[in-house]
Amino acid sequence: MTNSPEPIPDSKPTITESAEVPVEPGVLDLDTYDAIREPRSSGRLPLGDGTWHQLARQYVWVQLISTGVLALIVLAAVLLVTFLSHQWWAWIPGGVFLGILAWTMIITPRQARAYGYQLRRDDLVFRRGILWQRVVAVPYGRMQLIDITHGPLDRGFGIAQLKLVTAAASTGVVIPGLKQEAAELLRDTLVDVAEERRTGL
Amino acid sequence: MSEFDHVPPPVASGALRADARAAPELTDGEWHRLHPLTPLFRGGLFLVVIAGLVIANLRDRLVFLFLPWLDEDIDVEIDGEEFRSGDPIDFIIANNLYLVAGLVLLGILLVLIGLFYLSWRFHTFRITGDDVEVRTGVLFRTHRRAPLDRVQGVNLTRPMFARLVGMAKLEVVGAGLDSNVKLEYLSTANAEAVRADILRLASGSRVAAAARADSATLHSTEGANAPGVSRRSAAASVVSAGLTGLISGAEEPVSEPESVVHIPIGRLVASRLLSTSTLWLIAIVVAIIVGSIAGTPWVLFTLIPALIGFGAYWVRTITRSLRYSIAPTSSGGAREQPGGLGRSPSTIRITFGLFTTITEILPPGRVHAVEISQSILWRPAGWWEITVNRLSGRGLADGTNDQFTTVLPVGTRADVERVLRLLLPGLPENEWPLVFEHGILGPKPEDPYTNTPRRARLLRPLSWKRNGFLLLPDALLMRRGAIWRKLAIFPLARLQSIGIEQGPLDRALSVASIRAHTITGRVNGRLAILDRDAALGVFEDAEAAAVTAASSDHSHRWADEDPEASPDAVSVSVENPTAAVPVDGPEQRP
Repeated sequence: MTNSPEPIPDSKPTITESAEVPVEPGVLDLDTYDAIREPRSSGRLPLGDGTWHQLARQYVWVQLISTGVLALIVLAAVLLVTFLSHQWWAWIPGGVFLGILAWTMIITPRQARAYGYQLRRDDLVFRRGILWQRVVAVPYGRMQLIDITHGPLDRGFGIAQLKLVTAAASTGVVIPGLKQEAAELLRDTLVDVAEERRTGL
Repeated sequence: MSEFDHVPPPVASGALRADARAAPELTDGEWHRLHPLTPLFRGGLFLVVIAGLVIANLRDRLVFLFLPWLDEDIDVEIDGEEFRSGDPIDFIIANNLYLVAGLVLLGILLVLIGLFYLSWRFHTFRITGDDVEVRTGVLFRTHRRAPLDRVQGVNLTRPMFARLVGMAKLEVVGAGLDSNVKLEYLSTANAEAVRADILRLASGSRVAAAARADSATLHSTEGANAPGVSRRSAAASVVSAGLTGLISGAEEPVSEPESVVHIPIGRLVASRLLSTSTLWLIAIVVAIIVGSIAGTPWVLFTLIPALIGFGAYWVRTITRSLRYSIAPTSSGGAREQPGGLGRSPSTIRITFGLFTTITEILPPGRVHAVEISQSILWRPAGWWEITVNRLSGRGLADGTNDQFTTVLPVGTRADVERVLRLLLPGLPENEWPLVFEHGILGPKPEDPYTNTPRRARLLRPLSWKRNGFLLLPDALLMRRGAIWRKLAIFPLARLQSIGIEQGPLDRALSVASIRAHTITGRVNGRLAILDRDAALGVFEDAEAAAVTAASSDHSHRWADEDPEASPDAVSVSVENPTAAVPVDGPEQRP
């Protein structure tokens, strides 16, 4: 359960920063969360060994703002329908939708803390989710391409989304809120390592 | 690159040769054209539609023309209209414009033929040591290049009408969506030769003799053509060869290996009738009858289209699976060795179809997942079906994807064993009982599989004793289902990634699901309700084993060996029968 609370001291002999995957630890863990949020039950999927890198704190703000804007738009539409054409039923779908959005905003900070990724010797391990936990391990040699996307809001907060594509569509590893420097470093590192260990499909 | 580096000389005498020539020249790294009759088949449907429209519109005219005695009563009607109907034929007849009309028709025909000719001329392909390339288009040129070491297979499709004149479509299956390189059409003999050459080049085999041996097995009809023979006589010889082939049935090369599985027609028909769709049909019929009794008798009429639809479906699935054969071949240029383990990996050849014959060649290591399944309807007969996940190189929307996933439509246990040994040549002998006795036929005493724990049996009330996995050194086995029995085999060298999931209910019972991620296909990699610690264990172990298996796998160039290192490789693979592939390849493809 070594879930490093600080940016990792260099002396610490973790599997993570071994010779094969040279990543300066400081960049990946700059201004990120420092503890993976886990379910309380003892039957959960444990964290295991190694250091988990986490998302940047700005990710939560980006999510809250975009969801909040969507909620405001929905609210405005419902109000418009209600007051202009006196259609009270508009509150039924609108209310359900607003409720879902409010719930999403409430759990967003928790969810953001549950994301994590580990750079092990041979593979990248990715985890997400609290209620529905999901852990995926992707061997470096299997990566086909790595996508970085950032929208205008993301750019404003200096974060980016990194998507890792293998030949299997179901792999689905998307790390949503990385600092841009961290995302680029991670991409370059992963591409290098993947190129080194490239195998057939 | 600029494709104009290789612009063909205007005269078809230089490096560019028509297809209907001696076969080995097609893979000499130069640009070649397809079969001269190609436009006819590619545009054939279009022409038929046009002809149909014309005939439908001029039906009366044609009747008058050929059966003049029927003319009288309708003639009056036309006279009464005084040619004001706007019918262009009437207009032509009235104004005596036969010559102009004829010239216009001739012009249209010439333009069409010219367009077809141009499209044929600009449709060229080239096969080099590293790529297959196809250039098409006159105004909008496309140039598609597929690297040979990513070739997932080569399909040879022979549609009914093309078969009549001895032509075939060749499809080089690439690794991606809609990434196939199609060579439509080639003469059958050339298609066979090109296929053998592509596979030989793709295999990385440097044994040139293999190519000669392959091309020697072909029809000799076309190889005999002298280089100066005109295109017309070449086409004629193709037609005659196709006709003889069709009549005598000798469509495959003589040295075609014997199929390891034979499906009797009776079994095929019975298996299709005993399928899930039959249950649906029965349900629909019952619903319709109940509905009609309940007061709406007209619903009975919907029975007819339903029955017709199902009938067509059955006929289609049955004819598609007729003449099924599966056999190992050495067309990759791999060394011929007697069967059994330790042999070099060979390609698999699957042929099926009564009218449209499809021959697939599957190089080793292209099967990403195998599933053996048996519905409860088939259990009394002991029949099984084998489906695989493989890259078909087609778009998602392509309806013909399905036919490339079923490797064995129906077979007995012995058939299944033989086909599995072809598909998974690397599995050592001592592991086969784990697949058959324990995996396929369900839990037996001393079950090696790790199953759903007893505490979670309510989540798998019927199959909890069977629902489990087994990790072998080079494959992950997942056993599922008590009513629909399934066993999925994932070769670790092809495993893309692995996941473990847990929902709230799972957590309460301390169980989890694992999911093997392979390329998209019919084989599902998810196995739910496993003990959490066992799932975590297999998650780590399978991942580590997958990394190891992938790094020692070199099946993308399955016959690639240094000439010097070759004897060593043989001895290694013979001494160590558990090796999936000869582990002599430290040089991975960069």
